[in-house]
Amino acid sequence: MTDMSDTSVKSPAGQRAERSATASMTYAAFLIAGLAFLVVAPAFFYPIFLMKLLCFALFACAFNLLLGYTGLLSFGHATFFGGAAYFTAHAVKEWGFPPELGVLAGVVGAALLGLVMGYVAIRRQGIYFAMITLALSQMFFFFCLQAEFTQGEDGIQQVPRGHLFGFIDLNSSTNMYYFVLAVFVIGMVIIWRFINSPFGMILKSIRENEARAISLGYSVARYKLGAFVMSAALAGLAGGVKALVFQFATLTDVAWQMSGEVILMTLLGGIGTLIGPIFGAGLVVTLQNYLATSDFPVTIITGVVFMICVLVFRRGIVGEFYASWIGRKLGFEYRR
Amino acid sequence: MTMIFGIPLQAFLGQLLIGLINGSFYALLSLGLAVIFGLLRVINFAHGAQYMLGAFAAMLMLQYFGINYWFALVLGPLIVGLFGALIERTMLSRLYKLDPLYGLLFTFGLALTIEGTFRYLYGAAGQPYSVPPQLAGGTNLGFMFLPIYRGWVVVVSLVACIGTWLLIEKTKLGSYLRAATENPVLVQAFGVNVPMLLTLTYGIGAGLAAFAGVLAAPVYQVSPLMGSNIIIVVFAVVVVGGMGSIMGAILTGYMLGIAEGLTKVFYPEASNIVIFVIMAIVLLIRPAGLFGRDA
Repeated sequence: MTDMSDTSVKSPAGQRAERSATASMTYAAFLIAGLAFLVVAPAFFYPIFLMKLLCFALFACAFNLLLGYTGLLSFGHATFFGGAAYFTAHAVKEWGFPPELGVLAGVVGAALLGLVMGYVAIRRQGIYFAMITLALSQMFFFFCLQAEFTQGEDGIQQVPRGHLFGFIDLNSSTNMYYFVLAVFVIGMVIIWRFINSPFGMILKSIRENEARAISLGYSVARYKLGAFVMSAALAGLAGGVKALVFQFATLTDVAWQMSGEVILMTLLGGIGTLIGPIFGAGLVVTLQNYLATSDFPVTIITGVVFMICVLVFRRGIVGEFYASWIGRKLGFEYRR
Repeated sequence: MTMIFGIPLQAFLGQLLIGLINGSFYALLSLGLAVIFGLLRVINFAHGAQYMLGAFAAMLMLQYFGINYWFALVLGPLIVGLFGALIERTMLSRLYKLDPLYGLLFTFGLALTIEGTFRYLYGAAGQPYSVPPQLAGGTNLGFMFLPIYRGWVVVVSLVACIGTWLLIEKTKLGSYLRAATENPVLVQAFGVNVPMLLTLTYGIGAGLAAFAGVLAAPVYQVSPLMGSNIIIVVFAVVVVGGMGSIMGAILTGYMLGIAEGLTKVFYPEASNIVIFVIMAIVLLIRPAGLFGRDA
């Protein structure tokens, strides 16, 4: 709420409008700075690392669409990420699809999986929803373990990156990086559009007060399913691109640990903030890269960070920043 | 040789027994989950890790102190229960005021930490724990060969399930627990120490999981991953049964274990996923679960 001790004569609504104007200015400044950084980043960082980061950032933002903006905790998002990786890898390698169509195949596949999983899972709420999605995604894991096309424990290897639109050679890591960046930006724009659309507003109302949304005449189940499919499709976009970046698709991406990882990224960055998951993903991926060379297991760190976040750091990095003195001065607000 | 549905009777009964054993563990674990959820409104994701801790406690006590199976069956649950109570008191209890999802996420982190630590210390491979000499060997029942230890597991877990049910439904402590589930504020006003009750419940739940772990040690390999493999299946069991009733959780555990065993006979490829398929079907037909009251 607005500060009552403020002695200025402006009405609360006026203050609020001014604040949100400052916020959108700062947002724009951050956005330009962030984009500029991503454009020049390959000069300073290892491209594969950056691409991995962008894929996971998009994955986490897609997940946050559901948790942060609809209030549904899915414990099965690995299915869409890893499933799309399999579909894209298979389409590109076995059917000879060009990369753009391969990624599209991944997105469509993930959306269909999301439709099926969502249809079953939205029958229960809250904690049950989380358990059901976890169980269904474990089922998909076993399916991938046994199905022919996933090639079991080996996974689909040596996936060709191919030529984007027939003329951009993605085997060059610079080209690949800018392709991933473009996909990331497109994905983020879609998410931004989605949460600010009337549909997204209704989702937020469901998050805040489901009974009220029902009484206002909204078909809550349909909106939830819509959000679930949207989130699954975007997670699939990230997974499909990841399969092209690393040129393989394996069981790791569909395992439940991956679902846990994306939750951690979102929680760490800030649930319900548009850009929070990007920071969360950045931190987790960097940590994994750092620990990859030591024999200390990442799981312990992940688990401890999880516990600390839940106990004392529930707003996440970006949420804390928004709620901090500097954040408020810049015109941000943190609610939820 | 006697055949049943085109399958040799021996193979059929053998799988039925394995199903019954798995079902015993599902029942014990989903019972503990239901008890904890009933009072704390927390889904204890660390239940699998606590089950694994029970098995490890038995193995390590034997290795380092020569403590045999029978003492481990008492000490294992006690140690893990105390550990659980400590966690509840110091950390988990801070989350009750929040959305129940945070309890799930916290215990998920706890599970990862415990599992990661044991993986780091003991490796991912399983280690054997031998059957106690008193229960070694088997008997020929005429129609099938029954390893005594397996029969013991079925009987003991049944006793433990019924014992817990009696504790909650028929004793004074149980009546406090049930009352605190309905209205904690009112119960506290009557002078019952509700926070203590919550700690006790979490400790008992964790102890039950560890008890199942000690029982499981001679049947399966003792491995850091044994908990996470089983907990997801137990979640599906809990969704099917609905967490509203203790008896429902127990019955569903046995039923789904047997269903899984029978699937191994008739269509082995699907045995990994049959419980999840049943879960999906139940959700489509009866969203509240078989015994559930709340949706």
